[in-house]
Amino acid sequence: MVPVQHYLIVSALLFSMGATGVFFHRNLLSIFLCVELMLNAVNLTFVAYSRSAGNLEGQALALVVIVVATAEALVGLGILVAVHRGRASLDVDDQNLLRY
Amino acid sequence: MSMASRLLPLIPLIPAISALVLTWLTWFGGSIGRARAGKLASGAVGVSLILAAIGFAEIAGSPPDARAVTVELFDWISLGSFRASAALVLDPLASVMTLVITGVGFLVHVYSVGYVQKEHDVHRYFAYLNLLTAFMLLLVLAENLLVLFVGWEGVGLCCYLLVGYRCQKRSAIDAGMKAFVIDRVGDVGLLAGILMTFVVFGTVSFQELLPLAPTKDTTAVGIIGVLFLVGAIGKSAQIPLHVWLLDTVEGPPPASALIQSATVVTGGVYLVVRTAALFAESPLAFGLVGAFGAVTALFAAAVALAQDDLRRALAYSTVSQVGYMFLACGVGAFGAAVFHLLTHAFGKALLFLCAGSVLHAMAGRTDVRGMGGLKEKLPVTYRTFVIATLGLTAVPPFAGFFSGNQILWSAFRDRDFLMWGTGIVVTFLTALYMGRLWMLVFEGRFRGSGIEMGPSGEPPVTWPLLVLAVGSVGIGFIGIPHYSAIASFLADPLAATTHEAASLAAEGSLVLLNVAIAASGLLLARRVYRGEASSSRPAAEEAVRPEPTLGWLRGRFGVDALYGRALVRPLLFLSRTILWRGVDRTVIDGGFHGSARLIRAGSEGLRLFQSGNLRLYLFVLFAGVVAMLAWMMLGARWAF
Repeated sequence: MVPVQHYLIVSALLFSMGATGVFFHRNLLSIFLCVELMLNAVNLTFVAYSRSAGNLEGQALALVVIVVATAEALVGLGILVAVHRGRASLDVDDQNLLRY
Repeated sequence: MSMASRLLPLIPLIPAISALVLTWLTWFGGSIGRARAGKLASGAVGVSLILAAIGFAEIAGSPPDARAVTVELFDWISLGSFRASAALVLDPLASVMTLVITGVGFLVHVYSVGYVQKEHDVHRYFAYLNLLTAFMLLLVLAENLLVLFVGWEGVGLCCYLLVGYRCQKRSAIDAGMKAFVIDRVGDVGLLAGILMTFVVFGTVSFQELLPLAPTKDTTAVGIIGVLFLVGAIGKSAQIPLHVWLLDTVEGPPPASALIQSATVVTGGVYLVVRTAALFAESPLAFGLVGAFGAVTALFAAAVALAQDDLRRALAYSTVSQVGYMFLACGVGAFGAAVFHLLTHAFGKALLFLCAGSVLHAMAGRTDVRGMGGLKEKLPVTYRTFVIATLGLTAVPPFAGFFSGNQILWSAFRDRDFLMWGTGIVVTFLTALYMGRLWMLVFEGRFRGSGIEMGPSGEPPVTWPLLVLAVGSVGIGFIGIPHYSAIASFLADPLAATTHEAASLAAEGSLVLLNVAIAASGLLLARRVYRGEASSSRPAAEEAVRPEPTLGWLRGRFGVDALYGRALVRPLLFLSRTILWRGVDRTVIDGGFHGSARLIRAGSEGLRLFQSGNLRLYLFVLFAGVVAMLAWMMLGARWAF
């Protein structure tokens, strides 16, 4: 059986890649995908702990996260479509109307 | 329950209600027409007059030991052992005062109806006039010092309102403010006196308090007396607080007639007479009353001689005559003081209404040097003015003769020759300045220029003048010496004890002396001012004529200027420079604006953070979460 540390290392790598992507990508869609990556990194942690602990709580939490992520994807993508329609651009640096 | 006790509260209430109605109309822009407003106001005071007469008749008709009707309206203040109820009392003193106030007040109201037709805001004028009458009635009907204080303050307020009635005129506003502020000085005295009374006597009710006076410590009673005297000096315009009354002439002349005859200025005399039992206990307070009265009577009479403004000359005359009443109190002749108050109220109201007629005819010009020869133009005013003049000077059989003589006789009888001499000099000066006004205004040739007068310059309503004239002739007869109805009616406690030693011959010769002095004053005035009245020099030329002997008098001994330098300017400096610029603008405003500026500067810094850069937001969010996690983990370790 693969020890839980391996899962955690993979999960941390995935999370860091997601976070880095969120900070440095300029396309909103890419940022969005990176956020999904971070969520799934967390899911991996949940499932790994659940398995090593021998109960199902972590898996249940992972399912909750997936459901929330689905809902979030729905709303987020809707906003993305609306932004694209209105401004003909998905560059985050162009979305700066709400400033001083 | 007698008739009087049921009707008593209505006496001040009816003018108050009328004042409320008229105020309502003023505020909400309604109008019931000029004539009807005047009729409402006069009618209200007229009803009070009838009620006062009923009350007077009932009081006079009851046996001497039952001549007081007390009405308790409600419990006003009840704190521990201290109780004060809103109670009114109608006793001989109050009923006489009530009659004078409503009587003179009614006539002044009626005269005003014709007089103020040209003023733009008649409702407001009559509301003030009614309110003044109501508060004055409350003052004299009060059964305890607190109710009296309410009336006292109300009278001061109405004085301010009436004097400042022509509120577009700067001088009227200033005069109103002056009256109000100087009044406050006296009020401090009265208020301190009331507190002191409560401390010493444990009650503020006149009926409980006055019989206790001989049983208390003389010093304490004397202090109360002096404090009351301070209040009386402020209200009755005695030296050194007399300056406010002279500016009240800025108000409409009928208002001056009411303020200076039956209402405001009599408040102080009334207070002293009402609390006579306190003054009788303390030689110090007693002496001070007489001293202030004598100095004021002398000073004001001298100054009146040199005033060229008709209204101001009459105002100084009021100050002098009220001083004379204080002098009477100071020699223990409280009954005579009230009697003189009575005769003076009629005479002075008449004089001010006459002055109103003269001003009406002269299109508002007040300088007597520009008048003259008004005898033909204003026949009714002329005749009533002469009657009032003779009434004020001690010429028999006019009213002032009786009351003036009674005061002088009281002084002489008590071997108080200083007071007596002062009285004689005041009588002479009074005759002189009244004679001067008479000559300059009515006799000789008309010296004014640029005024076209019609065949009759009389104001529309003149019958109040006639009624007052009849009053100032007839009122004296209620006080004929030895048959004096008024002294026994007022049950003057001091006069009753010493009256028997009187020698008829001495009294008779004193009366003759007094009449001779008054007559010589009038004749001297005729001799001196007749020529001036007949000269045709225009007023402007006379204004620059040097007259060194009268310079001090004309400048009123510089009292106003002294107050200006010694009190008003330092106060203004304190208010403007220290309190306004220093405390208010620097400290309070500075603190307020400073805190606002601080918050604004902080916000200026923080808003830069709202850059609109989404990735920066995310980074900060992330860094924040990491920092919190780190803190929780490390902090948890540190905690253990």
